[in-house]
Amino acid sequence: MRIMAFIIVVLSGGLLLYATQDFPSWADPVSPASVHVSPHYLQKSMEETSVPNVVTAVLADYRGFDTMFETTVIFCAGVACFILLRILRQTPEDRYYRHISTGVTIHIKDGGKIPDKSKEFERIDTMWTPFDLVIKTVCRFLIPFIQLFALYVIAHGHHSPGGGFQGGVILGASIILLAISHNLRTATRRMREKLVGLLCVTGVFIYAGTGALCLLMGSHFLDYGALAPLLHVDPVEARSLGILIVEIGVGIAVMATMIWIYNNVSSAGKYDEGL
Amino acid sequence: MSDLIPFIVAKYNYWIYITLMMIGLYAMIAKNNLVKKIVGMNIFQTAIILFYVSIGAKKGATIPIIEHAHGDAARGSVSHAIEIAHYINPLPHVLMLTAIVVSVATLGVALALAIRVYNRHKTLEEDEIIDQIKGI
Repeated sequence: MRIMAFIIVVLSGGLLLYATQDFPSWADPVSPASVHVSPHYLQKSMEETSVPNVVTAVLADYRGFDTMFETTVIFCAGVACFILLRILRQTPEDRYYRHISTGVTIHIKDGGKIPDKSKEFERIDTMWTPFDLVIKTVCRFLIPFIQLFALYVIAHGHHSPGGGFQGGVILGASIILLAISHNLRTATRRMREKLVGLLCVTGVFIYAGTGALCLLMGSHFLDYGALAPLLHVDPVEARSLGILIVEIGVGIAVMATMIWIYNNVSSAGKYDEGL
Repeated sequence: MSDLIPFIVAKYNYWIYITLMMIGLYAMIAKNNLVKKIVGMNIFQTAIILFYVSIGAKKGATIPIIEHAHGDAARGSVSHAIEIAHYINPLPHVLMLTAIVVSVATLGVALALAIRVYNRHKTLEEDEIIDQIKGI
């Protein structure tokens, strides 16, 4: 098997290397990829959409359908993880608790009485990690700034590198950082499972709803220029605002999906003990 | 040997991406462990992303954000002509922007499937799983 794989890899690699002879050389300004449609984007995007960041303009406006279905693909991945892994019926398992004031750990075998609501005990993971004040405190200070930066990345995507996908991933990472530094239960208390699922749908709905609104205003699907009468601006400015609305939808969907996938995969669907 | 080095240097971006891609392909075919196969798939995706981004590069060009287009200039029409050679090609970046997030999502689904396989067969080694299926 290994020799077969090696032969296949060497053969296909050699063929690909042979094909590079016909490819444009490194950083060629007149390579085929750069002369077909990208000059139009670079020259016209400013007057057509009034968005200086061409990547954002192409992402949400010129290639709006592509991005909408990418968002749907991410949403489908989140749903797939949920359907594959989620175990709704909890089976009794061994649990560990720490007495907060003394630090004594107790082990409760399955079926034992569990002080779930007790203020004196806190639940700890089976794969126990020592209580680390530095990591928890630093993460608690850091997470608000990470979230603020994520909102900046989403909101400022028109004028600087950024947008819904990047900002959404940073937002999701802040919640995942909370789950890693504390534990999964703390993170799911802040961000309930139902809320995550709902946000996931909301993001896709905002995107598709904006497109449908354009349809209702008598234009094509995702043709944001038609939103001008609603937003009281000229059609070019309406495109810029339409891109912002869509990017917010993408950001929400990506954030929720990242958290959803992490929660499901790290706890194998039990939402009980994470990494 | 002396002509090989300029040959590689002239198009080194393709050499890097093909090497990465072949590492990923080898891992996907030859490795026995399912998680290692998934990691191979991710390396493969990274190679494709590198390929696309390197295609968009232009010598001496900057990121595709139109300069002097903020504030008052944005209200009226842009006063100066936009030189295409000054900005790199935005299209590959758009395509890869979505592809990166989608690759994370596919990684999540693949890991979820691996967890299900592990729950059922108590192993992630491919040959052991095949033995178990044949034994039933």
